[in-house]
Amino acid sequence: MNSAIVRNLLVRGMLAGLAAGVLALVVAYFLGEPSVDTAIGFEESHAAGHEHEVELVSRSLQSTAGLATGVLIYGVAFGGIAALAYCFALGRVGRFTPRATALLLSGCALIAVYVVPFLKYPANPPAVGDGDTIGKRTTLYFLMMVLGVLLAVAATLLGKRLAPRLGTWYATVVAVAAFVLATGLAYAFLPVVNEVPADFPAAVLWRFRLSALAMQVTLWGAFGLVFGELAQRLLSPEPAKAAPAPAVAAPN
Amino acid sequence: MAQHVAQPTADTPALPAKLPIGAIAPWAVFFGILMLVLLYFVGAEQGATAVVSGEDVHEWVHDARHLLGFPCH
Repeated sequence: MNSAIVRNLLVRGMLAGLAAGVLALVVAYFLGEPSVDTAIGFEESHAAGHEHEVELVSRSLQSTAGLATGVLIYGVAFGGIAALAYCFALGRVGRFTPRATALLLSGCALIAVYVVPFLKYPANPPAVGDGDTIGKRTTLYFLMMVLGVLLAVAATLLGKRLAPRLGTWYATVVAVAAFVLATGLAYAFLPVVNEVPADFPAAVLWRFRLSALAMQVTLWGAFGLVFGELAQRLLSPEPAKAAPAPAVAAPN
Repeated sequence: MAQHVAQPTADTPALPAKLPIGAIAPWAVFFGILMLVLLYFVGAEQGATAVVSGEDVHEWVHDARHLLGFPCH
């Protein structure tokens, strides 16, 4: 029974992630792609021996089918992970309904897996970034993602631990402050990466990064709302039904 | 209708019960790893490290990788 609920939530999470990915894809195509094209134009006009001489995948495919593949897989994968995290969070983080828990978890996920890495190592358009440091930058980026998640979990546990003594409000304030402080310390000690060419147009960089952020806000906002709705219907069906049938009837 | 809240009224929503860790763990381990592998292929394959040789995966998800914030090249 419980295992079937977990499976049902997982499936719903992946579907909600796919739906959220479609919306993020729309944002990516209409807001992000113009900056990517401008940046590639800059890259080609400064062709100082970049490794894109042989075009394996055409630009028109990269900006449509390729973009869709990446964004949708990202949505499904994070949808699944978020649904599993949701199973742990349900009933454990506080007195929230299934829907509210989903939106809360989604907001925390946006901050932990995207905003925290983004503020230190923001998204970069083509032509920004030295190919020789890709290994170091990839390690640092994934490290920041893991750190964001670990700090968010630690802050949640801290808040739960302090709640009986300080009350829910002050415990939450202290936990969030501890999260911000720990993140700030990590920012201060991790190495700086700045590989923006001196003459790269600042407006293009700003628009690119803003559209990257808009994609993630769309993705996680839509995920929280869609998954919350699906979870609510699964876990707390409307009591109008004549027979209080169990929400999950599928055999496992 | 049995609601496990202090004053069950029509407006008080039923709060969800906890799911036991033992029921979540197998799903979390297998699907968690599967999802992380998917993220790896979108975010890092043929960038810093490569399981599949060549540049096809990298070039195919090139725009997504940039816009999703992963270091691309």
